[in-house]
Amino acid sequence: MSEPAVQIQSLTHLYGERKALDGISFGVAQGEIFGLLGPNGGGKTTLFRILSTLLRPTSGSGRIFGHDVVMEPAEVRRHLGVVFQQPSLDPKLTAIENVVQHGHLYGCWGRTARRRAHELLGRFDLADRTRDRVESLSGGLKRRVELAKALLPRPALLLLDEPSTGLDPGARRQFTHFLDTLRREEGTTILLTSHILDEAERCDRLGILDQGRLVALDAPDALKARVGGDVVVIRAHDPDGLRAAITQKLSVQPLLVDGSLRVECARGHEFAREVMETFPDAVTSVSFGKPTLEDVFISLTGRRLWDREDTRPP
Amino acid sequence: MTTLVLPVASLCWREVIRFCRQRSRLTGALLQPLVFWILLGAGFSASFHPPGTPDGMAYGQYFYPGIIAMVILFTAIFSTISVVDDRQHGFLQGVLVAPISRATIILGQALGGTTLALAQALLFLVLAPLAGISLTAASIVRVGVVAIVVAFGLVNLGLFIAWRLDSTQGFHAIMNLILLPMWFLSGALFPATKTPIIVEWIMRVNPLTYGVAAIRHSLYLGNPEAAGQVPPLSLSLVVILGFAVVSFIAATWMASRKELP
Repeated sequence: MSEPAVQIQSLTHLYGERKALDGISFGVAQGEIFGLLGPNGGGKTTLFRILSTLLRPTSGSGRIFGHDVVMEPAEVRRHLGVVFQQPSLDPKLTAIENVVQHGHLYGCWGRTARRRAHELLGRFDLADRTRDRVESLSGGLKRRVELAKALLPRPALLLLDEPSTGLDPGARRQFTHFLDTLRREEGTTILLTSHILDEAERCDRLGILDQGRLVALDAPDALKARVGGDVVVIRAHDPDGLRAAITQKLSVQPLLVDGSLRVECARGHEFAREVMETFPDAVTSVSFGKPTLEDVFISLTGRRLWDREDTRPP
Repeated sequence: MTTLVLPVASLCWREVIRFCRQRSRLTGALLQPLVFWILLGAGFSASFHPPGTPDGMAYGQYFYPGIIAMVILFTAIFSTISVVDDRQHGFLQGVLVAPISRATIILGQALGGTTLALAQALLFLVLAPLAGISLTAASIVRVGVVAIVVAFGLVNLGLFIAWRLDSTQGFHAIMNLILLPMWFLSGALFPATKTPIIVEWIMRVNPLTYGVAAIRHSLYLGNPEAAGQVPPLSLSLVVILGFAVVSFIAATWMASRKELP
């Protein structure tokens, strides 16, 4: 069996008293697309900084293709392509200059580097913007230059921290498709963090990070299967009162999350009707559906992935 | 070759491109020494004859090598603001995860700043005849070589300090605190002769003193009297070379420290 691309063992990191990572262990196989789902502050970025050799973990170990991130940072960096959450472009250089210059750091230069940079920028629909300075590009376009830059040295492992932030849905679909192609054609292993559900759905396996802990790890479908058949969401003027009433009359325990009640049950439509009929005045709306990954997160942690409804991406 | 020369050349090239694309930096860097030379030169020449220099020497002439030193000092140190900029824009993070050593990164940055300082020093050298200093091909080459060594040391000093700074405001505050005294007490404005003992000692340990001296010697070689009472050329060269090496090691050490914010 080939060596895992990433192997993390009891990784812990403390910022002073605060535990950003609390004993995390998991492995990513070569050629796998592995996603980390979790709210901001869940530890994703800390984990990425450790894997990209920028931060030394408090304890535990991380290995990239068998090389320890603390002991052999140079070996590790040779295998890595990283896209951080914040941009890492030089705004004074043009798109093509940024990509080619990055190639120089990896020993890729001259005509080879330029050809590959043009090819990548073309793939991300930037063929007509290659000579524009990055400072004049919109956030979404910068993001694409960023991706092209990370891909230029053909990394064996791609670390992507919220890669599709700032991309519109069309570009995001295209990008997800591109990752599939990349894995198929070049065997690239991809470890990404995301809070966009359909992007997370497309991963082979997903780890759910919450408050520095890995609370679940499985294929997206398997994770969703853990939640009962349907998820019913009830909105009410007085959620607390309704919660008590439902508990008493219908003998289920709704979860109060972010001002609305949630119930997992096998037959959502029947339960929804029952609620409507029993409490016609208290309920403002009832909806039900198959569980999403966010429902998985809520059922594991009792909290939503995003704090407010309006920050939820489409 | 591709693991050292290529990344170094590339980072160096980026420094130069960045500088040229920021018009305000370009203008400031070109005009500032001119303004200093004309205003300070005009102000001091009426009331002040630097002790230890030949009688006929005008202040503007004494001051000229000091202005060359200032051009090198300011350009070299302020070029390192790109490290603060790069940290803010995230560019630095991309460089730090590349498979190149920290020494390579520092060397690239330092050579970029050195190139800028050298270019400006040579540009300003064109004005030497106005100061009554006649240039020869040899003296231009000598000043160029000294400028490279001095600038390399100063850029590394700048990198050493700037590496951990995270705001350009902080950068300006700290650098001005270091730059101005370093320049004032380098023999650029006045010689160490007849200064209070404490000032004389500061001037003696200030590496830039030896940079200014080396520039004076380079311009007046063959006429040592005109250089005034400054450290001898050989000592000056040893000190500026030593400073370049030590500051490069210090900057690399700073960049290699883990757990950066």
